[in-house]
Amino acid sequence: MPRVTPHADITLHVNGIDHPLHADTRTTLLDALREHLGLTGAKKGCDHGQCGACTVLVDGRRANACLLLAVAVEGSEITTIEGLGDGEALHPLQDAFVAYDAFQCGYCTPGQICSAVGMIAEARDGWPSGVSGDLTADPVLDDDEIRERMSGNICRCGAYANIVPAIAEVAR
Amino acid sequence: MRPFEYQRAADAADAVAAVAQPGTMYLGGGTNLVDLMKLGVETPERLVDVSRLPYADVEDLPDGGLRVGGAVRNSDLAAHRSVRERYPLLALSLLAGASGQLRNVATIAGNLLQRTRCPYFQDVSKPCNKRRPGSGCPAREGDHRNLAILGHSPSCVATHPSDMAVALAAIGADVHVTGPDGERSIPIPGLHRLPGDEPSRDTVLEPGELITALELEPLAAGLATRSTYRKVRERASFSFAVASVAAAVDVVDGTVRDCRIAIGAVAHGPWRAWRAEESLRGAPSTEASFAAAAEAELAQADPLRDNAFKVPLVRNLIVATLGDLCGDVR
Repeated sequence: MPRVTPHADITLHVNGIDHPLHADTRTTLLDALREHLGLTGAKKGCDHGQCGACTVLVDGRRANACLLLAVAVEGSEITTIEGLGDGEALHPLQDAFVAYDAFQCGYCTPGQICSAVGMIAEARDGWPSGVSGDLTADPVLDDDEIRERMSGNICRCGAYANIVPAIAEVAR
Repeated sequence: MRPFEYQRAADAADAVAAVAQPGTMYLGGGTNLVDLMKLGVETPERLVDVSRLPYADVEDLPDGGLRVGGAVRNSDLAAHRSVRERYPLLALSLLAGASGQLRNVATIAGNLLQRTRCPYFQDVSKPCNKRRPGSGCPAREGDHRNLAILGHSPSCVATHPSDMAVALAAIGADVHVTGPDGERSIPIPGLHRLPGDEPSRDTVLEPGELITALELEPLAAGLATRSTYRKVRERASFSFAVASVAAAVDVVDGTVRDCRIAIGAVAHGPWRAWRAEESLRGAPSTEASFAAAAEAELAQADPLRDNAFKVPLVRNLIVATLGDLCGDVR
């Protein structure tokens, strides 16, 4: 008889909706979103926290969904790319990515946009980055700052040249 | 990934009791542990989640130091006003590590306890004395370009990947832990050990001990003002160090009154450069003094076949960093 692997009954709060879930404890937040809830916006790229394609917001902060266990984020508010617009109008960053043609294949785009949402909030909270000259000053999101702060999101098509100005338009 | 049971600890005592069960590990932010579980490097039967225990505060201490809870996220510590103002080298080390997403999740305790990124440690199809004691070390004759040049042993040439730990080694800190035998504190440097013939142990922590807080020593304003963290890596951001230095220097009238130097990505833990500091204290703040200090430290370097480049790299990194810090006083 096959051994029953440990499961847990959890409720994930995603984009304002409660989702009860009976899942293997090994389920990552990314797999829960994609395989259990049908929210396939967040993408599985490397599955090791190195590419950023799975970036979502957890209690308003950007995080790699592939490295979070679903059981460990019970009680947190999850926002995915599907939850950014209001159903009709796009989020300003989504509009900017379209306007600036900030993608080619689009696979990294949901992660780029969720990451940018979190990044802009971090900068507005005064968080410095590794390229901020003065650690105590309010950061100004110039191109160097955007590149450094977005370094957790890889674009294999190399659309960075348009991603940076798309983010800059919303950030400034 | 191997199946495991998951539980959230109610408090530290509950966590310590739970982790005493065989095959049980603490789970903090999980950015390293979950990855290692996916790789099959770690195979816990049970995880005890300690990330929501009430150890997420940063408090100024009366002596000018800082107390940092073990569950504080890397990003919160980097952004904390006291760190930015009084420990700039610590803020810079945190900001040099990982990505924004990872820093938001990874805890301070987990940062200290993250495992080496030696390619053999992370590949379960290969021998590794750290992962499987006694199985051998292919790195010594294999791919060791980014491994240790200081303090390694015949059984292990791994480096510790933390940037933050390098800054803490320069600043000085006490790690507060609670465990089966009660509470104690362990100094940094001192938490991380050299591999010797027991490379499976990264630190001097005993089984079941939980990091609840760090207490940073006060850093005199004269040192903090001229302090930095500089990291050499193979791309501009989001990459582990090839070498790094945390440095602070207090210069008065062209003479180095006090200094702190620690180097990273060169050994099994952050490497406090005691010999360099001894050489530099009281010396004129000149490039010749900086070079002499770096060379005093690196005289004990024992590079491997393919990583000898790190010796001049670290020398030049120390000289350039001290030069930048003292640039306007020479």
